[in-house]
Amino acid sequence: MPIHEKNLIRPENLSTHENLVIDGVDVSGDWSTFIKTRVVPDYNEEMQEEIAALPGGENIHRCWQCGSCTNSCTVNGLNPDFNPRHWIYLIRMGYESELVRDKDIIWQCVSCNKCTYACPRDVVPEGVMKATAHWLELKGYTERSPSSEFDEEFSSQVFKTGKIEDGRVMMGFFKRTGQPLMQDWLVDMVKKMLRGLPVSWLMKMGMATVIHPRTKNWGPARDAIEEYAREQEEKHAAAVKGAHRDAMFHAAD
Amino acid sequence: MSTKKDAYKKVAYYPGCALEGTGHAYNKSTKALGKALGLELEEVDNWNCCGAMEVKNIDPKIQTYLSSRVMSIAANEMKHDTVMAPCNGCYHNLKKAEYDLANDEKSREVVERLSSKAGHETYQAGQIETIHALDWIKDAIGEEELNKRIKNSLKGLKVANYYGCMYTRPRHIFPEKDQGEGSESTSKPHFMDDLLEAAGADNVDFALKTACCGGAHTLSDADTSTKLVTNIIQAAEEAGAEVIATECPTCHSGLEMHQIRAEKKFGIKSNVKIIYFTQLLGIALGLSPNKVGLNQNVSDGKAALRARQIA
Repeated sequence: MPIHEKNLIRPENLSTHENLVIDGVDVSGDWSTFIKTRVVPDYNEEMQEEIAALPGGENIHRCWQCGSCTNSCTVNGLNPDFNPRHWIYLIRMGYESELVRDKDIIWQCVSCNKCTYACPRDVVPEGVMKATAHWLELKGYTERSPSSEFDEEFSSQVFKTGKIEDGRVMMGFFKRTGQPLMQDWLVDMVKKMLRGLPVSWLMKMGMATVIHPRTKNWGPARDAIEEYAREQEEKHAAAVKGAHRDAMFHAAD
Repeated sequence: MSTKKDAYKKVAYYPGCALEGTGHAYNKSTKALGKALGLELEEVDNWNCCGAMEVKNIDPKIQTYLSSRVMSIAANEMKHDTVMAPCNGCYHNLKKAEYDLANDEKSREVVERLSSKAGHETYQAGQIETIHALDWIKDAIGEEELNKRIKNSLKGLKVANYYGCMYTRPRHIFPEKDQGEGSESTSKPHFMDDLLEAAGADNVDFALKTACCGGAHTLSDADTSTKLVTNIIQAAEEAGAEVIATECPTCHSGLEMHQIRAEKKFGIKSNVKIIYFTQLLGIALGLSPNKVGLNQNVSDGKAALRARQIA
């Protein structure tokens, strides 16, 4: 798979005049298209440090731009606009406005670790993608992505009880993202599941969503984790200049 | 190999959250398989979540702590030197915690702090070896021995072995892999192929063994997951597979869910069945389909097995 480069000459940077005469010569129409001068007024010189301060972003400074990450990327295979190498370049250059153009897809990294496997410089691009997605949220460029909502729902259950229960995570996630619980394909799946399941097992599954499975004597671990998580949250928010969004994790209710 | 053979006869068993929920059939078949092979599993007392991908995304060091608590109980309280995790995610996370604790001072500090506040011994890297269910069967029993015990050969069953992401990547957290002959490969894993072949299965050449199923976004970005799963399923079918063998509860439910979603939403039909490798091995050893939880799978594997007169 080739490495897909981004073209910096975009439609909005082109200027075409319907009626234009220069020095008596008619230069109207497409053939005389001009490329507008591009001036970058908003370099964020601290962008790399801001992202490096978030979990996963620590090694971004090591990148050599070899492109192995993008070349091996699962999501790039589905959407050529998903380009970790290019984003790491923009971050290291401090080119904030360019990065923000892709704000709505960066969270889509599937964490398959192919990039991290392929990277010869131990950049951990998978971690950098997560850090970048969190940075976009902290800066207020994006709403919390469905992925962040899922991570938060999942983690808050783990912090609270030591364990998760699949059904509860699923329901919690749908509730957070305002989706109906009864998705047609889920209904179909449940129907297929019911086909072979013994009643006792169904009851057990139903009960697990009501009575939360928990690790015994979890209290002290919960308190220690929540205290640490809050500390980290404050640190992350402080590291990102102008962060005006709440940090990621809200202590479980 | 002989030392591993003995060490793996009795191991600490860490099922993880998924195996108590949607992956229950994997739990059931793993236990049944151990029993049938005379291997002993002692469940880790009062275990907790390994931190999964989700906690790692919030804070990797909390994930390291969560995994280390599990290893601490197995090593310090239960005096085991091996913990077996059948879930790729749990296996990956325990290995990752082991690596971080051995190589990163900050991770050690955080784990020490959280362990002491939580009131248990801090796990020290190297106390325990984490293995996957594949290592467990491969090293404790081996293909030859397994082959001798087959009562119900999977002969003729065309299987695509699917390993997923977390079993092989990233390479550095699995120091025992890529060590040449006899070791597992991270680029072309073969342990599941070896075992199923020993059970008589007709493995097909399947290029997407370690492709991603999109498990991380199975609900949050469902269309992406459906596309990735459809790629895997179609590649398996094109290779002639009747069954995709799985070794991870997240991959397994992802494949089952998105196979249905692909049909419901995009009209993409497929006929390949999704079955845990432990279920296939259990059936080959003569256990009944219900004994290995085949009735708990969403995908109707029974029909494929019946067609080959296996179940």
